[in-house]
Amino acid sequence: MIRHLWERIKRPVDPWLFLFIMLLFAVSSVVLYSASNRDLERVMDKVTFMGVSLFGMWCIANIKPRILMQLALPGYALGVLLLLAVEFFGITSHGATRWLNIGITRIQPSELMRLALPLMLAWYFHHFESTLNWRHFVGAALIILVPFALILKQPDLGTGLLIASSGFYVLFFAGLSWYFLAFMSVGIGIFAYIVTHWNLCVQVLHEYQCRRIATMLDPMADPLGAGYHIIQGTIAIGSGGAFGKGWLAGTQTHLDFIPERTTDFIFAVYGEEFGLLGNCVLLILYLLVIFRGLMIANSANTLFGRLLAGAIAMNFFTYALVNMGMVSGMLPVVGVPLPLISYGGTSMVSILATFGLLMSIQRDRSLMKG
Amino acid sequence: MSRVVMNHHNERNAFQVRLAVAILFVLLMFCVLTGRFVWLQVLQHERYLTLAEQNRISLVPIPPSRGIIRDRNGVVLAHNFSAYTLEITPSKVGDLEDTITRLKGIVEITPKDRRRFKKLQEETKDFETLPIRTKLTDEEVARFAAQSYRFPGVEIKARLFRQYPMGESASHLIGYIGRINDRDLKQLDEDGVLPNYRGTDHIGKLGIEQSYEAHLHGQTGFEQVEIDSGGRAVRTLSRTPPQTGKDLTLAVDMKLQQMVEQQFAGRRGSLVAIDPATGGILAMVSQPGFDPNLFVDGIDPQTWTELNTSLDKPLLNRAIRGEYPPGSTFKPFMAIAALELNLPLVHQTISDPGYFVYGGHRFNDSKKGGYGSMNFDRSIPYSSDTYFYQLAVQMGIDNIAKSMAMLDFGVPTGADLPGERPGILPSPEWKKKRFKKPAQQKWYSGETVSIGIGQGYNAFTPMQLAHATATIANRGVVFKPHAVYSMTDPASGKTTLVEPKPVKTLPWKQENIERVIRGMEGVMTVGTGAGVFRNAPYTSAGKTGTAQVFSLKGAKYNANAIKERLRDHSWFIAFAPVDKPKIALAVIVENGGFGAQAAAPIARKVLDYYLTGKLPSDPAVAASGVASKAASEVVEQEGVVPRD
Repeated sequence: MIRHLWERIKRPVDPWLFLFIMLLFAVSSVVLYSASNRDLERVMDKVTFMGVSLFGMWCIANIKPRILMQLALPGYALGVLLLLAVEFFGITSHGATRWLNIGITRIQPSELMRLALPLMLAWYFHHFESTLNWRHFVGAALIILVPFALILKQPDLGTGLLIASSGFYVLFFAGLSWYFLAFMSVGIGIFAYIVTHWNLCVQVLHEYQCRRIATMLDPMADPLGAGYHIIQGTIAIGSGGAFGKGWLAGTQTHLDFIPERTTDFIFAVYGEEFGLLGNCVLLILYLLVIFRGLMIANSANTLFGRLLAGAIAMNFFTYALVNMGMVSGMLPVVGVPLPLISYGGTSMVSILATFGLLMSIQRDRSLMKG
Repeated sequence: MSRVVMNHHNERNAFQVRLAVAILFVLLMFCVLTGRFVWLQVLQHERYLTLAEQNRISLVPIPPSRGIIRDRNGVVLAHNFSAYTLEITPSKVGDLEDTITRLKGIVEITPKDRRRFKKLQEETKDFETLPIRTKLTDEEVARFAAQSYRFPGVEIKARLFRQYPMGESASHLIGYIGRINDRDLKQLDEDGVLPNYRGTDHIGKLGIEQSYEAHLHGQTGFEQVEIDSGGRAVRTLSRTPPQTGKDLTLAVDMKLQQMVEQQFAGRRGSLVAIDPATGGILAMVSQPGFDPNLFVDGIDPQTWTELNTSLDKPLLNRAIRGEYPPGSTFKPFMAIAALELNLPLVHQTISDPGYFVYGGHRFNDSKKGGYGSMNFDRSIPYSSDTYFYQLAVQMGIDNIAKSMAMLDFGVPTGADLPGERPGILPSPEWKKKRFKKPAQQKWYSGETVSIGIGQGYNAFTPMQLAHATATIANRGVVFKPHAVYSMTDPASGKTTLVEPKPVKTLPWKQENIERVIRGMEGVMTVGTGAGVFRNAPYTSAGKTGTAQVFSLKGAKYNANAIKERLRDHSWFIAFAPVDKPKIALAVIVENGGFGAQAAAPIARKVLDYYLTGKLPSDPAVAASGVASKAASEVVEQEGVVPRD
């Protein structure tokens, strides 16, 4: 009886992915204990979040991809509606309107979009698989553009770009022309050149956005404002050295120099206390998750599965890259948490939900074989 | 673009190529990251380690003290004083209710304090420290200090407070500061001055406090403090002192301002007085007022609701946000436009039976039976409606709109105060924008007739009328009205003047301006204002006005029979002396009746005080006697409002 139940519980779970997630959770709890100044309550909060997210993941993993496909369009429509609702009834905090009050708690619809957009696009390409031509790519671009524009209005350029990128990966795996990709890379190159030159930047972006980029290039120009985050983050990582200062021994961390150190800047705490060695371990853990995701994509038996799995893996990669790049001073400061490590429930729930999708796709394949 | 679609047959292979590219991209990016880590943690390790060692230094912001606001004679209108506050950080306090209850045993906390605190708490985030009590006595400070160990998350802070010693006087003009909210934060972030507000809790919310925020705030300094391993400050290493905000000197004469406020004696209304030669605002009154001190530490919800729902609208700045039909005060401006356009009517004498028939509709004159005959030069002193009805028809609505726009009717005057309304300058285009239904969008030529005497859709602020009067007084040379005369940097003592140059000169013929001014002089010597301005020891020019609130459908106007709030608004515009004007003003008394009754006596007292230095209480002026006698005299001249 008990064995039966155990079978039922573990059946949809991909053991490899599960293992990597648990390792990352272990790292997270250890760092969080230090980052929160030995606040066990915060760590326990995080563990609760983990439990809830794992349950959510398990539920989604149980859903057959066929059903997921049916959820794609309504999910996307709901996401767009909620983003519109934010535009009109949203809660404003820190000068941006991103949250929506739904009675019991407040939610951030852009997190839902992170799930709904790749799902929608994977379904879309799957649906038109036999007749696919370039017009469908134009349609797909529009599907990305609508939520992107709405998030951009909040205003939240960082999240907007990350969500757009998750849609873009679907297009990439669906066979977006190499010429177009080359063209786009050149475009991004030109854009990067423009925004890193103040005089050109103010022509295309808001002045405060340009200032944020200028601060990244020269943090000392604004030591009390945005530059403070970058300066203190790089000092923390750099002073960690090859092997780190040791757990609970980071001076930057414990003397309160790292802002947002349990959330967006937790990587600075990790880098300071565990050094280059620790960073490499984390990078390898992330790589394992990404590779596992791409493997699931490779072996999926439908176009839907392949596109969705590929996009999820790459989206996870992008969040990790952007956060670490930002904390180590290579990218401008945007509000992105370090996947699975940062304190905070919403992002963890949505990441594990995407892993639930991965597991659902993986299981569908093994069922076919069996 | 070439074909973007891959061959269906090769789909699987093509997908694997894409996967390989993705993997390469991931590896490349992680290599870049690793490279960055090696650079920071191995190659630059020594440098960052030293920085981290030295980084026992914390930057503590020191907010600057806000600039002081004074009137033209140095009377202080807004200043700062240092006091102790008892502050709570809700996120650091376990049970907030319990903490506050226990605090009550040590310092006095009134229910009003509680309500105010609750409102603050709803508006801010939990980790901000919020004042529960302000202005603690030394004894209370000492009592709390002895007990402070029992109250984690509660602390005493010495803070600078803003105070407005004049209370309700000039409250709309000076404005007030209040706690920085999310909207302010967003604005500060967009303006790129957010770092300068670290350590600052308050920001200008209204009046000069708001419009001169950038100058009043000053530059935040910071202190480098050495920290021990426990994170406590050990000693100060260096200090970049804050730079105090600039002190403002207003063009406003506070004695004049307060004298005017007394004259309103509980009535609602507004007065704006401008120095025509500079555009400096000498007085800006809006009655009733409010006490700005209530807003500084967060107003309690009950008082707020009272202020907000009062029928008298004390929070409304009538001077720049109250839009009223100008009534007959509009006539001098119409007159100058008529001269500039050289309309046939300005050369003619017309018969005046006391009404004007246009399009089968009879427009009545306020003078019953009329004056028999009327010409341009008598039309202003006697405020002839019949004459201006015809003038408006001859000018046409497009010419009216164009000429009046030159005097900044229909656009904000650009005064240095936030929230100024543009008023309504009606035109066929305005009607099209204002109304939705096609039948309402059409301009009827009959509507032009009433515009001639300042009735109809017309509505302007007292600021606009004072500004236009100042422009006439200054013979067409336009200054932007400005309340602030100069700004002084307290550190260097350097003073800069605000707006000392004229904005534009209107292309009017001097002889035309002089002719209109002669008409306005006639108002004060033989016309509708003569009674009030009898024996004035200076030359002056002006115009009475009556703005209809309540439309009388054919019934005779009887002030006593109509409820007070439906009675006409009383207007008066004036400037003096005529040749070298020192002051121009517009005054409105809401529901005060016709122009000479309520508004003109206030104008007389303002001119008397400003030009001769005599206050109304001086027996030489015997103000009240003159005023009441004058009022009864002019009833005959402007007793009845036009009906339409």
